[in-house]
Amino acid sequence: MAEAGIWIFGEQARGRILPVTWELLTRGRALADKRGSRLTAVVFGAQLDRADLQEAIERGADRVLACEAPLLEHFLPEPYAACLMHLIREESPEILLGAASSTGRTLMPYVAIKADTGLTADCTELDIETQTGLLLQTRPAIGGNIMATIKTPQHRPQMATVRPHSTPPAPRQPGRVGEIVVRRAPPEALTSRVRRRGFRPAADENALAEASRIVCVGRGIKKGEHVALGRRLARALDAALGGTRDVVDRGWLEYPAQIGLSGKTVTPRLYIGLGVSGSIQHLAGMQTAEAIVAINTDPDAMIFKVADFGIVGDLFEVVPALIKHLEER
Amino acid sequence: MKILIPIKQVPETNAVRMDEATGTMIREGVDAIINPLDLYALELGLRLRERAGGEVVALTMGPPRAIEALREAVAMGADHAVLLSDKAFAGSDTWATSLALAAAIRKLAPYDLIICGERATDGDTGQVGPGIAAWLDLPLISYVAGVSELTPRMIQARRLVEEGYEDLEMDLPGLITVVKEAAAPRLPTLRGKQRARRLNIPVWGPDDLGLTATQRGLVGSPTRVVKIFRPKISRQAHLVKAPDAAAAARAAQELAAWLASRHLLPAAAASRAGQEVGHG
Repeated sequence: MAEAGIWIFGEQARGRILPVTWELLTRGRALADKRGSRLTAVVFGAQLDRADLQEAIERGADRVLACEAPLLEHFLPEPYAACLMHLIREESPEILLGAASSTGRTLMPYVAIKADTGLTADCTELDIETQTGLLLQTRPAIGGNIMATIKTPQHRPQMATVRPHSTPPAPRQPGRVGEIVVRRAPPEALTSRVRRRGFRPAADENALAEASRIVCVGRGIKKGEHVALGRRLARALDAALGGTRDVVDRGWLEYPAQIGLSGKTVTPRLYIGLGVSGSIQHLAGMQTAEAIVAINTDPDAMIFKVADFGIVGDLFEVVPALIKHLEER
Repeated sequence: MKILIPIKQVPETNAVRMDEATGTMIREGVDAIINPLDLYALELGLRLRERAGGEVVALTMGPPRAIEALREAVAMGADHAVLLSDKAFAGSDTWATSLALAAAIRKLAPYDLIICGERATDGDTGQVGPGIAAWLDLPLISYVAGVSELTPRMIQARRLVEEGYEDLEMDLPGLITVVKEAAAPRLPTLRGKQRARRLNIPVWGPDDLGLTATQRGLVGSPTRVVKIFRPKISRQAHLVKAPDAAAAARAAQELAAWLASRHLLPAAAASRAGQEVGHG
């Protein structure tokens, strides 16, 4: 058993571990089993829920390595990077995975430079190369048109961020045992030139990254007031509402709702496009959804090429009927 | 106030075609543009300069033609520009790219603020901005959606995260990466274009930056692309034509049943849709 082991960087909010951590455990467990090494979940916070740490063990971690300090309550790049570097120097892990979230995509590139190693962004597949034991990091490139597999041959740890929702959360196995280490963060790590002054939650309908269902409106919605129709469908489906760049540029939805290359990349279980034509930029942001439904009047719309279920028709006829089916008996 | 803005020249994605046999991008004849997400960084930099005074310097690493991207940045209003270009830089990953840019930024010191786009639309990693901050040991705010205050010593910014917006304050010098909300980019002006044509843009290579052979390009990059392949597209759309209202109603019903059969509906709606189908 290689003691260096495989690490995942778990995320928390208000002391509770976030679901994306369980997805990282799915990835980490598979790699650790193949490599025959130990899986460690690293998590930082002010006061971490102890039952959640136990849950990380039940979901596949062999060890939880937690650091606590008031300054670690919310993500701040400097103290988080300093604590993580402290642990990396102590133990020299072989592999370190983080989520491709706003936290992971900030922390991991900062730490990769400090640790003098490579980092692959937003991976959708991870594997261990049998002959060499190297991490094979596969990610969509050039707007999702190709997949690239990347290795980090010489530098350690091999680091990657993993696209949220690209794998199911690790199942809970009650009674699974492991080690939980909670320690105080090293004092020299606890400085930050960035200070958090406040927080304003976004409207719920914009929580695209976490949504398992998304309704997306495109230019075919024609008018800003028609976005309400998409919103009604989203409500009936308990879905988040997103839009294409056209829709956001026209001011019909706000930027956090934008899906595509210059907006958010989403991987929901269900994506429904209403009047979305399917530009390359948009497809790059949603084509990894589990199921794709498209409603568009143009039978040649690109979106139909990535759809599982397509309706060539007027969304203003189809959507009200669909809402009726979903809402009424 | 001196504001530095690293940008990238990228292929215009509308024009990207793929070589079906090799699965690689056909770059010949593809227009190159400033990474669209870098335009927000440029615009924010120009606005902050208008507010606080000082200068904006755009810099990029790329092939010789990347100078076009810098001229466009100058046409928009940047005061100066620097191109990092040399065959030795070819094949740089985000580690080597952020090191080269950080070395150039050190040469341009003293500076107050570095503004990067959130990521480039071709590489799509978003790693170079935070990487530069790490090399220079600067504080960092990523995903900035707006700047509310800027003084010679600190900046206040709104950071877009999954659940909402954080209000953060950062000591300067520091680095921010910005999202689209930060500022709607202006168009280049005629006067700016004339100035851009005349402006002397220095070209720096690895020796100017003091980078050794193991710190640059493919050789200096910790990561290696070992395989490129086309994604499996296993989708085959079930297409339903709905030319009129009656057909649309039928299509909607079929879709509801399909969603239910694939377990894609929330619990409550699933049972309703299931009942409907059951009643035929």
